[in-house]
Amino acid sequence: MAETALSVDRLPDVAARADAPRHAALVRVTHWLTTACFLALLVSGLEIVVSHPRFYWGETGNVLTPPLFSLPIPASRATVPTGYGFVLPDQNGWSRALHFQAAWVLVFTGALYVIWGAVSGHFRKHLLPEAGDRSLQALSRALARHLRFARPAAADAWSYNLVQRLTYIVVIFVLFPLVIWTGLAMSPAFVSAVPATVTLLGGRQSARTLHFLLTVALVSFLLVHVAMVWSAGFSTRVTAMITGAPAPERGSE
Amino acid sequence: MSAVSRRTMITRGLAAAAGLSGLAAAERIADRYGLVPPDHGGIYGPGATLTFAAQRLLTRNSRAREFSRSQISTPPFANEIAPPSDQFKRLQADGFKDWRLEVEGLVAQPASLSLDEVRRFPARRQITEIACEEGWSYVAEWIGTPLADLLRAAGVMPQARYVVYFSIEKPWWESIDMADALHPQTLVAYAMNDADLPPSFGGPLRLRVPRQLGYKSVKFVNRLAVTDSLKRFGKGLGSASPEGGYAWYAGI
Repeated sequence: MAETALSVDRLPDVAARADAPRHAALVRVTHWLTTACFLALLVSGLEIVVSHPRFYWGETGNVLTPPLFSLPIPASRATVPTGYGFVLPDQNGWSRALHFQAAWVLVFTGALYVIWGAVSGHFRKHLLPEAGDRSLQALSRALARHLRFARPAAADAWSYNLVQRLTYIVVIFVLFPLVIWTGLAMSPAFVSAVPATVTLLGGRQSARTLHFLLTVALVSFLLVHVAMVWSAGFSTRVTAMITGAPAPERGSE
Repeated sequence: MSAVSRRTMITRGLAAAAGLSGLAAAERIADRYGLVPPDHGGIYGPGATLTFAAQRLLTRNSRAREFSRSQISTPPFANEIAPPSDQFKRLQADGFKDWRLEVEGLVAQPASLSLDEVRRFPARRQITEIACEEGWSYVAEWIGTPLADLLRAAGVMPQARYVVYFSIEKPWWESIDMADALHPQTLVAYAMNDADLPPSFGGPLRLRVPRQLGYKSVKFVNRLAVTDSLKRFGKGLGSASPEGGYAWYAGI
């Protein structure tokens, strides 16, 4: 079983899934809920950052402390020295409310997806690299295909290739949990109950800086993800994620 | 087909009714246990309510982190937003000897305390971090009278649910529930880092609520009102913050 070639390994599944949707309904719903929450969190998060576009390391940091780095943008608070001669309007009220509400929806959506993914075998079947792919050679082969922008293999139309699988594993099981953790580490009430949330990260300002850098990583993923969907056939792939309709090229080589 | 859809509709209707009455029941129970914030209305109400309810259950008795003396920020950041009013400057010119802290509302003995009378209570010193919603923070030692001691001395009535506190600088006022009001780390602070609390940091009196963001730590406090309902204060949303679009509960 483990020695079967990659394409052969996938074939029986293709036949068995002739009528199956490209993506399970739960994957489709949670995908778009996550997309909506992420965009809401991104816009509101950037709006909050504008009130203090300076980042620090350690427990404390303020305008009297040298920053680790600063964003070269104007601020929405007159107390922040930015070099710009003007102050942007304060939008933190709705931004914060939207940020935390979207975070709740994202956490519920993520919990539903993770429980379903574990119970239904979705993670085992579609995210864990296939038996024949668990080697560095397979990874370098797949990376080379990606970097050449090779046309996706036919099998990619109904399941994920190795690079996708590894990327999704990192996003789902590393980046999202870390961005939630670093967010909670900034809650004075939550850390009063679970101080390790912030002390393990080296302090409140470290948590804030990491929260921002993780956002940069997630936005990078989003950009590459959309670019890859574009190169693979935007409308087919997006339709498949909305209606579940199988990609038309499935079955043909 | 119509029979199926009618059955489906009846089932869905019943489910929706059960869901709504379940939600209504949940809200009544949550309210009884003080898990619903006063600004629970509006499109962001569900998020604000979930945050407050979850953290109230998790943090009822938890303590804000306290730091070692070596972690005190030098210098701390005062974040002076507006110049003091003439009323404040007149009191400051006299060394705040006429400053009064009114304690009123649902208390057996309403009081009007001078700074000396506030200082006569046993002092609590604590080194905690103050974090602004903007993102910056500093650590300082605050010295003050636990709000719980002031309230006990005034004789809080059993139906009390919130303490509303007012700055002499209008329109700055906030409120906290009794879990925070009676929390040992909630201080009426009059000193900071071994000196009188400077006016730039909220002196002569600042309410320190270290388990919430800085905007709940109101500067220049001169009035406390114990109440069973926040409806009578301002627009009934609990404090000035929700009237300006910010959450009443800032434990985030």
